[in-house]
Amino acid sequence: MAQDVYHHTYANGLTLLAERMEHVRSAALNFLVPAGCVYDPPKQLGVASVLSDMITRGAGERDSRELSLALDSLGLDRDETVGSMHMRFWGATLSRNLPAALEIYADILRKPHLPEDELPAVKALSIQDILGLEDEPRQKVLIELRKLHYPPPLGNDRRGTPETIEALHGKDVRAHYKKLFQPKDTILSVAGNVEWAPLKDLVGQLFGDWQGSGAPPLDIGKSKPQTAHMEKETTQTQIGIAYPSVPIGHADYYSALGAVNVLSGGMSARLFTEVREKRGLCYAVWASYQTFKDRASVICYAGTTNERAQETFDVTLGELKRLQEGIEQEEVERVQAGLKSSLIMQEESTSARAGSLASDWYYLGRVRTFDEIQSAINGLTPRGIADHVRRVPPRDFSIVTLGPKALQLPV
Amino acid sequence: MSFQKQTLPNGLTIIGETSPSARSVALGFFVRTGSRDETPEVSGVTHFLEHMVFKGTPRRTALDVNRDFDRIGANYNAFTSEENTVFYAAVLPEYLPQAVDIIADILRPSLREDDFEMEKNVIIEEIGMYEDQPTWSAYDNAKKLYFADHNIGNSILGTADSIRALKRDQMYDYFERRYVAPNVTVAAAGNYEWSRLIELVQAKCGGWNRGHVGRYGLQETRGSGKFEVMTKAKVTQEHVYLIAPAPSANSPLRHAADTLAMIVGDDSGSRLYWSLVDPGLADSADMSFHEYEGAGAFYTSFSSEPGQAEENLTIIHDVLSSVQREGVTEAELQQAKSKIGSRVVRGSERPMGRMQALGMAWTYLGQYRSVDDELKAFDAVTLDSIREVLDRYPLDRVTTLALGPLETLPPPGADDEE
Repeated sequence: MAQDVYHHTYANGLTLLAERMEHVRSAALNFLVPAGCVYDPPKQLGVASVLSDMITRGAGERDSRELSLALDSLGLDRDETVGSMHMRFWGATLSRNLPAALEIYADILRKPHLPEDELPAVKALSIQDILGLEDEPRQKVLIELRKLHYPPPLGNDRRGTPETIEALHGKDVRAHYKKLFQPKDTILSVAGNVEWAPLKDLVGQLFGDWQGSGAPPLDIGKSKPQTAHMEKETTQTQIGIAYPSVPIGHADYYSALGAVNVLSGGMSARLFTEVREKRGLCYAVWASYQTFKDRASVICYAGTTNERAQETFDVTLGELKRLQEGIEQEEVERVQAGLKSSLIMQEESTSARAGSLASDWYYLGRVRTFDEIQSAINGLTPRGIADHVRRVPPRDFSIVTLGPKALQLPV
Repeated sequence: MSFQKQTLPNGLTIIGETSPSARSVALGFFVRTGSRDETPEVSGVTHFLEHMVFKGTPRRTALDVNRDFDRIGANYNAFTSEENTVFYAAVLPEYLPQAVDIIADILRPSLREDDFEMEKNVIIEEIGMYEDQPTWSAYDNAKKLYFADHNIGNSILGTADSIRALKRDQMYDYFERRYVAPNVTVAAAGNYEWSRLIELVQAKCGGWNRGHVGRYGLQETRGSGKFEVMTKAKVTQEHVYLIAPAPSANSPLRHAADTLAMIVGDDSGSRLYWSLVDPGLADSADMSFHEYEGAGAFYTSFSSEPGQAEENLTIIHDVLSSVQREGVTEAELQQAKSKIGSRVVRGSERPMGRMQALGMAWTYLGQYRSVDDELKAFDAVTLDSIREVLDRYPLDRVTTLALGPLETLPPPGADDEE
């Protein structure tokens, strides 16, 4: 499939990526700034989240309300989220409003006011975000799983803790901004009805003189399997399981993706079939693949009534282990059909494309073509996936459960 | 973009918009039946039937259904609301025949007894999952409280007891009455050939039974007006819903109502945002317009630390009554229009989004609404039409439900209410 993809890295290290999609009227933009929660100092966990809220409360010539009004008037839907590695600024609107939106983002990224008098409100919101998690058991179990499965700071939850949030001062937030907001390794991706040459010029004007030397190096230890139970009087028991896989860019990457999709790539995949369809044990059960540059994991989730939690856990874990016993041709064909159709349908969404451009650039330093991904999907075989599962078998499980009673875990 | 429509001799309607530049085609079967069409003894049957539809036919076992969808890489699912049950799939254009074949086939399900009993477990798990989510519980209970005298208040999921008590033959009877051809609309959007779609649907659905399907209780309501506190000691935050009357899905005022909800309670730049979220008083606060056949409602909600709930409730009352008294400003209206315009355009760019909009417009209005029709209708909203919404559907006439650790919560301004 013909794609119109462009990239340019400016002298200061900022990379601009773009994909022209002629059949749409909108455009999506996506900034990845290397300021994720892994960079939160241990005594200031949650500072990136606080910064991500403060940063839109006034920038450049506009105060908080003027900024919000300016973005709304462009019809921009947006959000600012803190991931492990990046702070992400996403926005989407009609493509004719994109240049004006980029001008405002240049202010937000480069000239935020970070008003001291708004800090108490932002801290109050951050603390409520932490408290609110107690009312979201599904999210809670996955966050705790992550903390346990990855070493700090990789397992950090972006929310921090009530204590670290309470202790933050305006100067901490400003220092954090100053340290991490700079052009080197920042990625801006745009997808939609856009023209490359004027876009490249505009971004050059807005960000070309931005200076800074890049995020500090990270020291992340090794992951090791651990288990935990969180006691809570709930109707359902929540189960989270994680185990190591291979990261994107690894020779086994597509086979690893194939294996996860054999488990959870559709309603006929193994987990849904065995746990829900055949046994009626739960409503939600799934596995997904999560990658970083140097490591990756498979994350599994099931939520089930307390009385059936042990059986749900046993059947789920059994299915993970059963991958090693072989994979059928039919299963691989279904996985291929699912992956190919998502790949093609992604071309209909400006947000999905903007996201993919940026993540490819971050992980691989290039944007994979449609044909490259399609041919890798076509190349999947039962043998190839099975060989991968034998090389990197599901084991060294980290397990977190949440509910009234702990489960019996394998020794 | 071109629109087409055809009704088969048995009364099934097919509508579609083709867009040759799309990479996929989205297909939806809209059955006009939902929880409001249930009697109390079969509470939850519509949603349970939606699950059973995936459990197979004389030609397919449950596993075959899932495998056949996955073989064509379909992005598929179904949902049940108060008044619609929708089965849908997006596929690459070459798989349209298979997609029609599977959905049309499963919509004549076997409802096998052993599948029926097994699936009860899954439904009860789904009920349990929602019970553990206070935000959802607060919404569901508030809806029930507001629509106390109205069938829109019927629970979509039912209860664990109503599901356990349900018999296969009761479901079959409901199916026979509600899933007849004239009560189904097939909507398609994206890259496909219209004449081919008609042939496929005619071949698979032409033999479906006719029948007349009613819907009762289409009157408007102003809600019970009650104020209720549900104490849940294990919940951390207080989750509060306030529901007020609004125009229905068939009302010409619906675009003005949608715009008003955005001005008052969108998640950025709205009155509630500046009053509650920006100052850190509530972790979320919003208002949305829900439209149903014959009735509508504005749902306003917030969640916050329990100790802050009383003050927040007073603030929300002040916001709602000031909007009721003074309306909104021209600047707010223009800002909302920019946001809505962009959302309408973006929502229509993918066949899946477009198909849903087409199907819903047809189900409620019996009309084709192009993207430009919708944009024009939003553009035509004025301060006067918003005033008319407020005059006919007072925003400050609320039914309130709080769910969380609080044992009591005083209704704000109790002494100045009528």
